[in-house]
Amino acid sequence: MLEQWVFILVFGIVALGTPVAAIIVGRVIGPRRPNPTQQSTYECGMQTVGDAQKQYKIQYYIFTLLFLAFDVEVVLLLPWALAYNQLPLFALFEGAFLIFILAVGLVYVWRKGALEWR
Amino acid sequence: MPNLPVAAEIGSGPNPDEPLSIIVAAVLILLIAMGTLIFNIWFERKQVARVQDRLGPNRVGPWGIFQTIADVLKLLTKEIIIPSQIDRLTYWLAPVLAVGAVIMIWAVVPLSPVAIGSDLNVGALYFISISSLGAVGVLAAGWGSNNKYALLGGLRVIAQMVSYEVPLMLSLLVPVMLAGSLSMQDIVDAQGAMWYFILAPVACLIFTTAGQAEVARAPFDLIEGESEIVAGHHIEYSGLAFAMFYLAEWLHSFTLSALCVTLFFGGWQGPFAVEVPALGLLWFFLKTYAGYFILNWLRYTVPRVRIDHMMSFNWKFLTPIALVVLVMTATLEKLWPALFPVDPGRPGFIQSLPRAGILFLANLVLVGVVIMILRQVARRERQRVEDLVDEGQYSAPAPMPEPVEV
Amino acid sequence: MPINLETIAFTLFAAMCVGGGLGVAVLRNLFHAALSLLLALFGAAGLFVLLSAPFLAMVQILVYMGAIAILILFVIMLTQQVIVPEPYNRQWVLGALAALVALGALFMVIAQLGGGDAPYLQPQPLAPEVSDSGIAALGSDLVDPGRYLVPFEVAGLLLTVALVGAISIARED
Repeated sequence: MLEQWVFILVFGIVALGTPVAAIIVGRVIGPRRPNPTQQSTYECGMQTVGDAQKQYKIQYYIFTLLFLAFDVEVVLLLPWALAYNQLPLFALFEGAFLIFILAVGLVYVWRKGALEWR
Repeated sequence: MPNLPVAAEIGSGPNPDEPLSIIVAAVLILLIAMGTLIFNIWFERKQVARVQDRLGPNRVGPWGIFQTIADVLKLLTKEIIIPSQIDRLTYWLAPVLAVGAVIMIWAVVPLSPVAIGSDLNVGALYFISISSLGAVGVLAAGWGSNNKYALLGGLRVIAQMVSYEVPLMLSLLVPVMLAGSLSMQDIVDAQGAMWYFILAPVACLIFTTAGQAEVARAPFDLIEGESEIVAGHHIEYSGLAFAMFYLAEWLHSFTLSALCVTLFFGGWQGPFAVEVPALGLLWFFLKTYAGYFILNWLRYTVPRVRIDHMMSFNWKFLTPIALVVLVMTATLEKLWPALFPVDPGRPGFIQSLPRAGILFLANLVLVGVVIMILRQVARRERQRVEDLVDEGQYSAPAPMPEPVEV
Repeated sequence: MPINLETIAFTLFAAMCVGGGLGVAVLRNLFHAALSLLLALFGAAGLFVLLSAPFLAMVQILVYMGAIAILILFVIMLTQQVIVPEPYNRQWVLGALAALVALGALFMVIAQLGGGDAPYLQPQPLAPEVSDSGIAALGSDLVDPGRYLVPFEVAGLLLTVALVGAISIARED
C-alpha cells in the first residue's frame, strides 16, 4: 500500500527535477547579454505603462466559488459512485437527491444571471 | 476488491523491495513520456501541415523527422531573457510546476498489463488532483511575469481550467461507477469485455471536450489567445524556460488522449494483451495515437471560441448534461440486473451485451433530447433577433456579394 | 526512531508543513505567503499518505490546493496592496505568547500520556491495507441511514446555501 507511494515520491522528484535541470542547462549554455531595453516588460513594443499587479474584476472570483462548491460535491459523490454496485437500491435516490440539491443551486445561479460573462 | 479476479495476477508496478528498480522505472516512464513527446511534436506539425494544405517540416532527416531535435538544440543556445520587473520566486516556480504536474500524471497511466508506474487505489482521483496543480503553475506564470497580457492569461486560467474541471470530474464518476474502483488498472481490467465508450458515450464526449479545455488547446486556447493577449501566461519566457510551457502543453494534450483511452477505450485491452503484455503496450499506443490524431484534427479545424461562449458552454451545457448522465447511469445500473439477471463474476462479451445495450440506447435517447432542446433554444434565439430587426433595433447584415468571375 | 524511508518522508513532509506555515505568517509578499500555504497543504497531504489515508490525501490536494488555494491566490490579486510593508501589528508579542502556551499545553498532554514511551507513539505496524474496500466502505457508510446519510445530504444542502450566499454577496449589483 505505502510502497506504491514510494514510486510516486521518486517519480515526483524526477518529474520536478526535469524542468529544473532543463532551465539550468539553458542558462549555462545560452548566452547572457542583458540590457535595459531587452529586460523591459513586453507591451507591444511600446514603453511599459505602470505595474501589472493591479486589481482585476471580481467576475473570475465568482466562477471560482462556483467551482469550489461542485468540487466538494464530486468529492462527496466519489465514494458513493465507487461503492455504488454493492449498495442497495435506496442509494440511488440518496445520490440523486444530492445531485438534485446541487442542480437547484446551479439553476438559481443561472436564473440570477451570474453565469453571464460581462 | 469487487469481482476482478484478474487484477490479482496483474503486476502492479516496480518491486518496492528494490530501490534501484523504482528509480529505473521512474526514469523509464519519464523517457517514454519525453520520447513520445519528441515524436509527437513532429507528428502534430506534419498533421497540421496536411490540414492546412502545406508540407510541414521536411528538411532535417527523412520527412523532417529530426526537426524537433534541431529545434531543441536551437532553443538550448538561446538566451533566457529575465525581465527586470518580475517576481523571481513565482517566475521560476511556474514552469517547474506546469511541467512537473503533467509528467506526474504518467505515474498512474497503465501502459500494459504489467507496466504501470504505480497502481494506486486512488489513481483516477490522483490524476485529477495533480492536473489541478498545473493551473497553479499557469497562474503563477501570469502573476510572476508582472506583465498585463500574462496576468490576463493567468486570470483566464481561473475562468477556464477551473470551470471545466467540474464536467471533467463529473464525467469521470461514470467509469468509476461502472468499474467500482478508482484504480486505473482496475478500470482498464473491467473493460475486458466491453469498452466504456459503448456504455457511456456521452460521458466520454464530455470528458474529452472538458479535457481539451483543461489542456487549453483550440478551440479553448483563450489562455494564449494570440490575437488578444499576445501569448498569455508565457509571454515573458524565452529560451528553454519558454520550452517548458510548450512541453507542458503538448505533453498534456497527449496525456489527455492516453487518459481517454484508459478510461473509455479499454486502455491496453486488445487481442492477446493479457497473454503477451508487450502487445498491450502496442494496443495502448495505437489507441492513444488515434485519439491524439482526432484531438489535433479538432484543434486545427475549429476556430477559437469567445470567452462568454466558453463559460456558457461549460456551465449551461456540459455541467447539466454531466449531472444528467450521472443520474441516468446510476438508475440504469440498478435497473438492468433486475431485467437481465446474470451470474456475478467476470462477464464475457455476450453477458455484457444487455448492460451495454441498455446504457448505449439510453445515451442515444439523451443525445436526441439534447439536440431537440438545442433546436428549440436556437429557434427562439433566431426569432428574438428577427423581432429586434423588425423593430428596427438591428440592421440585418448585408447579403454576401456575388462572387466575381475573374 | 529507526531511520528508514518512512521516517525520512515524515521529516520531509513535517518540515514542509511547519516551514510553509511559518512562511504564511512572516512573508511580506502576500502572493509568496499563499504559495507557502500551498507548500504547507502539500506537506499535510504527504502526512495523510503516510497515515495510509490516500483518499484523504488526494482530496486535500484536489480541494485545498486545487480550489481553495487558487481562490486565495485570486483574492490576493483582487487586493490593493500585495506587498505588505509591515506584516506585524502590535499584538505579535501576545500572539507569540499564546502560541507558546498552546505548544506547552500540547507537550504536557503528551508527557501526561507517557511521553515518548506512549504506546501510540511507538512505530506501529502499518494499518491493514486500506484498499478500494476502504473507500467503498466510506461510500456505503455515507448513504447508510443509520450512519452518515443525514450529514451527507446536509452537506449538499450546505453547498447550495453557500453557493447562493456567495452569489448574492459577490455580485456587483
